[in-house]
Amino acid sequence: MPPKEPTLTRPLRRSFVKGLLGSTSFWMVSGHSHWAEALAQEAQKPYQPTFFTPEEYRFVEAATERLFPQDQHGPGARGLGVAEFIDRQMESPYGHGDNWYMSAPFVQGPANLGYQLPFVPRDLYQKGIAGLEAYTRQQHGKSFADLRAPAQEQILTALEGGSVSLGDIPGRVFFEQLRTNTMEGAFADPLYGGNKGLGGWLMLGFPGARADFMDWVNQDGEAYPFGPISISGETA
Amino acid sequence: MTKKHADAIVVGAGWAGSILAKELTEAGLSVIMLERGSERATAVEGAYPESIDELRGAIRKRLFQNLSQTTVTVRNTIDQTALPYRQLAAFLPGEGVGGAGLHWSGVHFRVSPEDLRLRSSVVERYGEKFIPEGMNLQDYGVTYAELEPFFDKAEKVFGTSGEAYKVNGKIVGNGNIFDGDRSDNFPLPVMKDTFTASTFRAAATEAGYHPYSLPAANASRQYTNPYGCQMGPCNFCGYCSGYDCYLYSKASPNVNVLPALRQDPRFTLISDAHVLRVDLDDTRAKATGVAYLETKTQKEISLSADLVILSAFQFHNVHLMLLSGIGKPYDPVSNTGTTGRNFVYQTITSSRIWLPSSKYTNQFIGAGGVGVAIDDFNSMNFDHGPLGFVGGSPVWVNQAGVKPIAAAIGTGGGGTPRWGSAYKGALIDTYKHSIGVDAHGSNMAYRDVYLDLDPTWKDAYGQPLLRMTFTWKDNDIRMNQYVVSKIEPIARAMGATKANLVHLNAGQPFDTRHYQTTHLGGGAIMGTDPKTSALNRYLQSWDVSNVFVIGSNAFPQGMGYNPTGMVAALAYWAAYHIRTTYLKSPGPLVQA
Ligand SMILES: Cc1cc2nc3c(=O)[nH]c(=O)nc-3n(C[C@H](O)[C@H](O)[C@H](O)COP(=O)(O)OP(=O)(O)OC[C@H]3O[C@@H](n4cnc5c(N)ncnc54)[C@H](O)[C@@H]3O)c2cc1C
Ligand code: SF4
Repeated sequence: MPPKEPTLTRPLRRSFVKGLLGSTSFWMVSGHSHWAEALAQEAQKPYQPTFFTPEEYRFVEAATERLFPQDQHGPGARGLGVAEFIDRQMESPYGHGDNWYMSAPFVQGPANLGYQLPFVPRDLYQKGIAGLEAYTRQQHGKSFADLRAPAQEQILTALEGGSVSLGDIPGRVFFEQLRTNTMEGAFADPLYGGNKGLGGWLMLGFPGARADFMDWVNQDGEAYPFGPISISGETA
Repeated sequence: MTKKHADAIVVGAGWAGSILAKELTEAGLSVIMLERGSERATAVEGAYPESIDELRGAIRKRLFQNLSQTTVTVRNTIDQTALPYRQLAAFLPGEGVGGAGLHWSGVHFRVSPEDLRLRSSVVERYGEKFIPEGMNLQDYGVTYAELEPFFDKAEKVFGTSGEAYKVNGKIVGNGNIFDGDRSDNFPLPVMKDTFTASTFRAAATEAGYHPYSLPAANASRQYTNPYGCQMGPCNFCGYCSGYDCYLYSKASPNVNVLPALRQDPRFTLISDAHVLRVDLDDTRAKATGVAYLETKTQKEISLSADLVILSAFQFHNVHLMLLSGIGKPYDPVSNTGTTGRNFVYQTITSSRIWLPSSKYTNQFIGAGGVGVAIDDFNSMNFDHGPLGFVGGSPVWVNQAGVKPIAAAIGTGGGGTPRWGSAYKGALIDTYKHSIGVDAHGSNMAYRDVYLDLDPTWKDAYGQPLLRMTFTWKDNDIRMNQYVVSKIEPIARAMGATKANLVHLNAGQPFDTRHYQTTHLGGGAIMGTDPKTSALNRYLQSWDVSNVFVIGSNAFPQGMGYNPTGMVAALAYWAAYHIRTTYLKSPGPLVQA
């Protein structure tokens, strides 16, 4: 299991290893077929969630794919590893609400005064998924992940619109949490488990960690010519 | 207390604190600077490639204030219960050595000369009756001519790139025709226009406006400042706003001031030191020092000094004044007291313009301070008579580097899908082919908009949180709507295929969930009358004369410009008068 969070100053060990795998020296010593196979095998091994239960994970995979579906524009959440990203985030300081002010009392007020629930992201997912699964079973007699796309879309639309309540948490709050984390997983550096193959960045024409545009400040409306590169040196 | 620990204590290690510490050590004083956050150095926080990480940077907000320790409460009106600001969103205060100066963007303005005397200017042109009921419109009590040398000094320290209009009365370049006169040019030549900026420049000219390059504290060339601190040229990396600059190209206290200060034996910096209050003597008119919490050990420590500088950022300064009993807390009902009065912010709305799909706007290329603006509708540069509002707003393209997570979260809404396949298509189109245009305007002060202590919630140290009572008012909403309507001809001249012009709506309350700016102001303002200002024109407390309070807290109104250039100039202005007058004979620099 790779470490969950990079330290402040060093990249993830996993990314460091990946970087090595891609380097010329390793390539020459071990030969092309070996490392390519190793990488391919690693990619094929399904990710084992550590925070979500298998059932919860199935929900996250299905719901995020609906929010960010595979289509003519490119890969969807499933192909990009968004559920893995979210699972890993739940184990990070963020999942524990490390920089949220969480002192009582928790008083509810107008929406524009911001989030006022006593729950951190981990709680929101556990309660939100349980609530939405109960709602889905009651409405359709099965689990969210087993519904067809149109039915899933209908449920998510209701959730977004605020007409579904999930026990302790308003449906809309859970929807926004899920939507935000989905977009993060699609577009964050692959260091965090999402944006697999830099597929999110390729769709947008975003060059990732290049961060040097001295020669490209103004090309009079031409597209930037280079593809993306990640922090670990992965290219697409 | 028996022994004095230092001549001066400086609270907060941002721009304001670093400038004061530098000036006071130059004057021969021993200085202790206390910073609640941790030590920060560009070599660590800015290291490539780890710093080029949107998730860890602007999304998880690793460089900003950790709200779990302390935050504020917010309400819109006096009759509401204020609720805690639990998640960073609308504004992003800094923390750690360098403060927000480590991760700001670098738009480095002076001030519109008329904004310093806005009340006088409005009254001269339109009469007293033009000022709406309940608006606390005030002058700063200092003129542009008085501040000019200090703006000039700050630009040289920051290594600011720009193009001037007038130097010593002579037109020298294609700069902002509405600018005040300058004694010298910018220290560095202007930064290049991104494609979006040059498109805006051409279109604004065609629309009959007067575009100019934003002054940017992003270095267009290698530079060594008067303190011997070095900067490298900016490469438009796009990881600017919210990030530490890996190329040492964006001015920060860490790069431009602290390297010199740290070599001075009279200077001591203590990080992880959260100041709890300024200690006053029995007269309540003199500070004896400060009490701080060593956050790693949770030990409370008292330090004594002759002079205390509060430079902890706008609202933290006001918070510390209220916790310490410096000045009389403002009461909106009786309209008395000054600490917390004239709390102001800024109006900002971001519009979007789409170009034909043959044009790629490459929005990821950019630098925080770079762009093209017009001032035709800012300050007193246009006739307010028939419009009936006070204030104004520059309009600009300021492409600081748009990254994909922010773009993805922000796309959709207002009737367009926020997820699903249609959303994906819109996101890709918007990311590749659109231009963002902001109206970044003033915000006036009102009698019932203010800061005080919250009755319910406390910080991790057991002290009451600061409470903000703030909302948008009709005057500012109408100003924003008027200026946004002026973007339309620019969009047309750009050959836009589509435009989404966003403005504030009548009755719309301030919303803490969406980023505005971190350009909060007022609450302990400067002025000429101790009844309506907490500080005199040298930013000295009227009530406790050995306390100076440096920051945008001094602004009586929120201005259309970004504040830091003005904060730095006020810091040098106050320091100059401390050095030349106060230290020779400590006491009030202005008799109340
Ligand atoms: C993302 C972003 C972009 C920005 N871009 C621009 C821009 O382009 N142009 C512009 O003009 N401005 C910009 N700003 C605003 C700019 O950062 C601030 O105006 C400026 O940093 C204020 O300087 P300061 O020294 O007053 O406060 P700060 O930089 O906030 O420094 C205050 C310091 O005091 C410390 N402190 C607070 N309370 C205590 C306490 N009790 N005890 C000890 N220490 C304490 C804080 O931790 C902090 O380090 C931006 C801000 C942000 C967040
Ligand atoms: S855009 Fe320029 S100034 Fe900003 S962080 Fe990148 S190199 Fe530094």
